[in-house]
Amino acid sequence: MGTFFHRHRGATPYLLLAPGVLWLAIFFVIPLAFLGYESLQSGLFPNFEFTWQFSNFSDGIRDYHTQLLRSFVYAGIATLACLVLAYPLVYWIAFRAGAWRNLFLLFIVAPFFVTYLVRTLAWLNILADEGPVVGILRDLHILGPDGRLLATTFAVVSGITYNFFPFMALPIYVSLEQMDARLLEAAKDLYASPIQAFIRVTLPLSAPGIVAGTLLTFIPAAGDFINAALLGTPNQAMIGNVIQSKFLESLDYPSAAALSFILMGLILVALLVYARIVGSERLTG
Amino acid sequence: MTTVAALPPRARRSVASRTWAFVKRHALTVYALLVVGYLMLPIAVVIMFSFNHPTGRFNYVWNEFTFSNWFHWNDVLGIQDAIVRSLEVGLLATIVATALGTLMALAIVRHHFVGRGATNVLVFLPMSTPEIVLGASLLTLFLNTTAVFQLGFITIFIAHVMFIVSFVVVTVKARLIGFDRHLEEAAMDLGANEVTTFRKVTLPLIAPAMLAAALLGFALSIDDFVITYFNAGGTQTFPIFVWGIARVAVPPQVNVIASAIFIVAIAIALTNVFWEYRSAKRTRGAT
Repeated sequence: MGTFFHRHRGATPYLLLAPGVLWLAIFFVIPLAFLGYESLQSGLFPNFEFTWQFSNFSDGIRDYHTQLLRSFVYAGIATLACLVLAYPLVYWIAFRAGAWRNLFLLFIVAPFFVTYLVRTLAWLNILADEGPVVGILRDLHILGPDGRLLATTFAVVSGITYNFFPFMALPIYVSLEQMDARLLEAAKDLYASPIQAFIRVTLPLSAPGIVAGTLLTFIPAAGDFINAALLGTPNQAMIGNVIQSKFLESLDYPSAAALSFILMGLILVALLVYARIVGSERLTG
Repeated sequence: MTTVAALPPRARRSVASRTWAFVKRHALTVYALLVVGYLMLPIAVVIMFSFNHPTGRFNYVWNEFTFSNWFHWNDVLGIQDAIVRSLEVGLLATIVATALGTLMALAIVRHHFVGRGATNVLVFLPMSTPEIVLGASLLTLFLNTTAVFQLGFITIFIAHVMFIVSFVVVTVKARLIGFDRHLEEAAMDLGANEVTTFRKVTLPLIAPAMLAAALLGFALSIDDFVITYFNAGGTQTFPIFVWGIARVAVPPQVNVIASAIFIVAIAIALTNVFWEYRSAKRTRGAT
């Protein structure tokens, strides 16, 4: 075997790659092609026919633009909330936590160790009508006597925020941790106030982390359906809920496949707009 | 700072301004700890309600402390099978994905070849595709090839390997980049062939990265709901079981299992934190 590798040096990388690439090609790339094929079919389950049915796409947008828009609005708000919650925390961990850094990082990833569905169900306990949070808010007259938190937009968006928080926090932490602390000293020596130093030095240097975190949070959030299903009502249904129920309940594969592509396309558009705003070199590098 | 605070003009400042100074100094710490509290709250709730003795069918309101859910963790029909299935899928998929991913990482970091960029893209894409699209597209493949694939254990396994591989590649790659190639060249100069060099030098050096990748892969597999849900057919993993029962009433045993998984994961992570802390201390002591 050793001599075989010797004789075919140029082939080595391809041999190493072959099993993994084949797996991804057969079970990731080809399925996407099948999804595309499915999205242009027409008919009723189980007799679908390939008819170049482009109307699946236009019908999908016409019938579900509310859910599409809602997905992106919810994902956008949740991403922003993650940023506001995560940035000060990881800043504190990177610059103030000292020897406790790794322990606090563990606190950030700890939610991942509780099964996704179970940690989402925990919010049912917390936000329940008989629970303490609703009780306090009712006493403070922030909520009316019949006001609830469950089955509201608030519940769904905060569920999404909680579930994808680590995706925002970790990349920002990495970018802050790599920062050279002497730059801040230099800024101070040059008479920058702490706020100026933050805006002119720290923030720009952590921008790659913010960009990566935003993408890692926004993309899965836009396709999520668990939070809307468990914490919301049909009034909070996102596009993921529609795709899921069409695929697995009403068995309307063509329109579900078309909606999947619309979701991916819109995410791509959102990414391009975002790249335009933050500068494309930051997005890739 | 302390000497300044002891000076008379400082001491005479009003309570309000002193409170404000305190808030200003500690606001960030307080905010950080509040966010940590927010992150821990649902976890605490999950663990707490694993010890609850619910009044009715619903485990939403605290009633009475009991250990019985932990002793009778498999009292709910189907829960034990679901956990066993999750562990089986997790182990198998992790082993296969770690092997495939490590080989890919070796090729990408070590070799310059035509198609390297394309391979990187192929690895990156599954991670940046929404899970629902991954699940749905695989389902269409399986539905169109029913002669080969029947939905069930095997399709769950295939799906898990597919989405774990990318994470393995990224994890192992990060480790390989900072790796001294001279060690391997030295082994070859001493007459070892490629296979022996790989076994005796490369493998021991990348083993920690492979272990980290495998742990991550296992965690991803055991937690996955969306992709599994699309490709499970009638087979139940633990998350699928929870989804099904969530529509009726979640028994406290679900909290018991989730707490147990959490405790095991935290124990592994804490061991790692402690280990790194100690080895960091040792290297500092050595220099």
